[in-house]
Amino acid sequence: MAADFVLLAEPVMDDPGSIVFLLSAATLRLATPLILSAMGGLFSERSGIVDVGLEGKMLMAAFFAAAASAASGSAWVGVAAAIAASEVLALLHGFACITWRGNQVVSGVAINILAAGLTVVLGNAWFHQGGQTPALDESQRLMPLFFRNAGDNILVYAALLSVPVTWWIIERMRFGLRLRAVGEMPLAVDAAGISVGWLRYRAVLLCGLMSGLAGAYLSIAQNAGFSRDMTAGQGFIALAAIIFGKWRPFGALGACLLFGLLDSIAIRLQGAVVPGIGEVPVQLIQALPYLLTIFLLAGFIGHAVAPRAAGLPYEKEH
Amino acid sequence: MSPSRKPLPAWADLALVPLINIALAFITIGIIVWLIGDDPFQALKLLVIGAVGSLDAIGYTLYYATNFIFTGLAVAVAFHAGLFNIGGEGQAYIGGLGCGLVILAFDKVLPAWAMVPLGIVAAALFGAAWAAVPAWLQAWRGSHIVITTIMMNFVASALMVYMMVNVLIAPGSMTPQSRGFAPSGQLPALMGPTLNYSIVLALACCVLVWIFLWHTPWGFALRAMGHNRAAAIYAGTNLKRMTMVAICLSGALAGLVATNELMGVQHRLLLDFQAGYGFAGIAVALMGRNHPLGVVLAALLFGALQQGGAELAFDMPDITRETVVTIQGLVILFSGALEHLPRPWLQTLFSWRSR
Amino acid sequence: MTGSAIELVGVDKSFGSVHAVRGISLAIARGSITGIVGENGAGKSTLMSVLYGLYRADAGEIRVDGKPVQITSPRDAIAHGIGMVHQHFMLIDSFTVLENLVLGAEGGLLLAGGMAAARAELARLAREYDLAVDPEARIADLSVGEQQRVEILKVLFRGARILILDEPSAVLTPQETDRLFRILATLRERGVTVVLITHKLREIMAVTDHVFVMRQGQVVAERRTKETDTHELAELMIGRKVRLKLDKAALQQGAPLLSATGIGLVDARGLPLLQDITLELHAGEIVGIAGVSGNGQSELLQVLSGIRPPSRGAVRVGGLEVDANYPTDPAEMRERGVAHVPEDRLREGIVAPFQAAETSILGYQDKPPFSRNYLLDNGVVGRYCAGLMEQFDVRPRAPTLRSSNFSGGNQQKLVLGREMVREPKVLLVGQPTRGVDIGAIEFIHRELVKARDRGCAVLVVSVELDEILSLADRILVMFAGRIVGEVEAARADEGAIGLMMAGAS
Repeated sequence: MAADFVLLAEPVMDDPGSIVFLLSAATLRLATPLILSAMGGLFSERSGIVDVGLEGKMLMAAFFAAAASAASGSAWVGVAAAIAASEVLALLHGFACITWRGNQVVSGVAINILAAGLTVVLGNAWFHQGGQTPALDESQRLMPLFFRNAGDNILVYAALLSVPVTWWIIERMRFGLRLRAVGEMPLAVDAAGISVGWLRYRAVLLCGLMSGLAGAYLSIAQNAGFSRDMTAGQGFIALAAIIFGKWRPFGALGACLLFGLLDSIAIRLQGAVVPGIGEVPVQLIQALPYLLTIFLLAGFIGHAVAPRAAGLPYEKEH
Repeated sequence: MSPSRKPLPAWADLALVPLINIALAFITIGIIVWLIGDDPFQALKLLVIGAVGSLDAIGYTLYYATNFIFTGLAVAVAFHAGLFNIGGEGQAYIGGLGCGLVILAFDKVLPAWAMVPLGIVAAALFGAAWAAVPAWLQAWRGSHIVITTIMMNFVASALMVYMMVNVLIAPGSMTPQSRGFAPSGQLPALMGPTLNYSIVLALACCVLVWIFLWHTPWGFALRAMGHNRAAAIYAGTNLKRMTMVAICLSGALAGLVATNELMGVQHRLLLDFQAGYGFAGIAVALMGRNHPLGVVLAALLFGALQQGGAELAFDMPDITRETVVTIQGLVILFSGALEHLPRPWLQTLFSWRSR
Repeated sequence: MTGSAIELVGVDKSFGSVHAVRGISLAIARGSITGIVGENGAGKSTLMSVLYGLYRADAGEIRVDGKPVQITSPRDAIAHGIGMVHQHFMLIDSFTVLENLVLGAEGGLLLAGGMAAARAELARLAREYDLAVDPEARIADLSVGEQQRVEILKVLFRGARILILDEPSAVLTPQETDRLFRILATLRERGVTVVLITHKLREIMAVTDHVFVMRQGQVVAERRTKETDTHELAELMIGRKVRLKLDKAALQQGAPLLSATGIGLVDARGLPLLQDITLELHAGEIVGIAGVSGNGQSELLQVLSGIRPPSRGAVRVGGLEVDANYPTDPAEMRERGVAHVPEDRLREGIVAPFQAAETSILGYQDKPPFSRNYLLDNGVVGRYCAGLMEQFDVRPRAPTLRSSNFSGGNQQKLVLGREMVREPKVLLVGQPTRGVDIGAIEFIHRELVKARDRGCAVLVVSVELDEILSLADRILVMFAGRIVGEVEAARADEGAIGLMMAGAS
């Protein structure tokens, strides 16, 4: 069975079916960390806690996944460590924003910078490789399940699964109803006798969980180890995907896939000539997710309405 | 547990709380250093010596501080208007593009006394222009400026790579950088290989910003808007226009990083010259409580950290330049997000004292 | 006393130095509609907030159905069958009616079961109380009246048998108000106890069985509605206070300096905030606008001062004509000699972290002598502020002190001084003595009269009828966004004005 799939996966460049397959696989491969991160960010944002720190959580998680995996020899230990590291940052963000009602954006920016620095500091101290973790072999990574060259490890499937699960939690569970309510009008939630803070903490913890998986994917599934700044802005693209998807799970999925597709095309388009325009700069394609988000926010592509209470600390008046 | 809002005496508010915030940041990094297995006190000693222990070191420290002054002022001005400009990275980058373009175009025909001011103005204008887009979107379309400025940072990055690789690369060069600037486009050095006259410009900007914010009617209106939008409207201020002014000014200041890096040190246009200064500007502004004098002091501290950190990295191989980055993150955390943390303890302390 | 749904015994509540509720004892009969009526600041909303658990009483006891209970949060209140319909609805716009209903009482981790049960219960409530609303409708798509019905349903859904409504008709049209009253009558028939907080006497007479009149934190009277009328209630509401005797020179009315014709204003939803306002302000007179807050006075001030353009009609002042097509801004109005002391000094009139000197030039910062050659001269500003403080008795005489560190009265004097010292042609003043101590009140009133004697056209908006009666030469009464009456101050009849303020005449 595996052999058949391996055959199919051998690239035959002139066969359209093959190209579509490879392109889809590449899209999914690149979109997976975005999807995981975006689903986590969705919980946070829908609850009214703006999270600019998706990037930092992913980076920290990536580092700890590789480090723990290298140290223990087990990829699953790596995943657990990634989630734990991400949750620490998530709780920090929650502490600053919910309990201390600090500026949510500043907190997110702080976490990003903190992660960028700390990952290299710890990496250097523990592994002495200039911030990298030692290269991992197959037993320490999450390897592809069915298609050897398509990179479909378990986290890719987890990412795809996480979308309907996120949707279901938000739309069909009591927790989701309350979550959406607290992002729109925390006063109404408080008046109904529900704790605003505890709701938001749970949202932030869910965000940490998903960011942990996203980071783990980067270092022990997609690649074979951690290298400094390996997130390369994907946390911000996930944020852009949330906005582009109008704060809905399937919308964000679509945006992530779009961004993943653009990324996978970017390299192939290098040198390609578009009639009437000339050579399409690869940097333009790289910048497209950000440009599209700006257009969206400007109201030029439809209308994106953020959760009404997003970014506002909640203060009870007694 | 929620913080109360009783006011502390002014001196505690302005000086004590920030000092405690920084102290917390340093204690945290000290713990981290200790956890890695190094001696935090030894590290501190090496840091200080590395930063100010020789004329050369001081020169480097001041050179770094110059950049921090520019980006710190940029963030501070925006904060005074109640807005968060995280786009300093992109604005500094594009400011550099403008500066580079103008100098590469005219440096062989213009004398220094014309080229230098032109380069400075170009840096400021291009930085302002890059900031104008998110500013306009916030003022007229209500787009959240935080997100748009972050996005613009990435667009700037992509734009610069394109420009450097395809347009401006010096013929025959293997790395994406432009040809060197002619002497007319260079700022003379002040001390050592890096400190140059742009620090004079930076300090001049501090004075100008101070004058603008506290000694002009527009600065008055800008600060009023930052504190209380309803009162600003009542006073007849056009909020949209003021938003543009504040953010464009902010972008212009960030753009001036190019005068230090490109005109003063690198003498050419290259990639990533501004890396990290934009974000660090947030830390500098927060630590300096958004006041030009505070920004200078904070910039000196961060300059010392950067230089000392580099030296420290040589002596203690476990500690890298990223330690400085971590400290920056911690400062932003404690001075920005958790700035109210010390207050309840201080309030208890003060109420004991006043009994 | 059995038969009482609610009994309050000696309930007391203070906020700092403000004694909002003073030892109130009252009993509300079960299955009745009871009204609580009073002016702004009488304490009615505070009292009901204590009952609903939003505030904790400093002293006193609450009894529900004869048994003493502890109510420390809305949850407790709901548990005891007390529900509150607030003036500002606690509804989430993007949710459906059903989702709003079910929030907090979802009946399990999964929504599906709880929603089905809620839908059934909603249908039952709709039948029983004649309160039909489409469960799948989004709140944002409903009219205000329908939204209010959802609020009522929310409360009934939680099993409330005692319903408190806080100024329910404030946001309703007359037709919707009648509909509401029919609903309240149905609720009463079914044994629900209703408490209606309002300042509108017409409503009290139309729908209540009993009424309590509150004034300054106390219950001053209790009546059966059948045995009283609007005149008596108006008198009780306003009370017989000693009018501050102000020596005023005779009115020397001059030329009209500001005129507003047919001013209309609608909000973002198209609901009318001002309707057909026409008035003229002449030099040398004080025009007082009386009315309970929330009847359009704030919006009128915003239009006249240039903060908001009118949707209809025009304002003419100093050669400038302002209407919907030619809006203006406060700076321009200041140029034309219109000064404005805002109703809410903390929100608009001062910038709390600014020094007093800076606040003293707010709105005038770009004018000489403060600004010359584009530079602000802080020395001049400081001296100016010191002079202002001297002239208007602002204490402490410290131009560098933070504006928020001054007491309310001194802040007000500073703002007043700022607007008056430049001798404007027209002075618009909102709530001149709100939160101001007695000594400062006298001072401020005298300054306003001085301005009038100097030939200024003064417009004073106040919820304190006393203030209007002592200051104004002419009195206009506003209700529901219209001017419902105009009286010469010398011939003013408190009772008649009270009726107009309560929309009763």
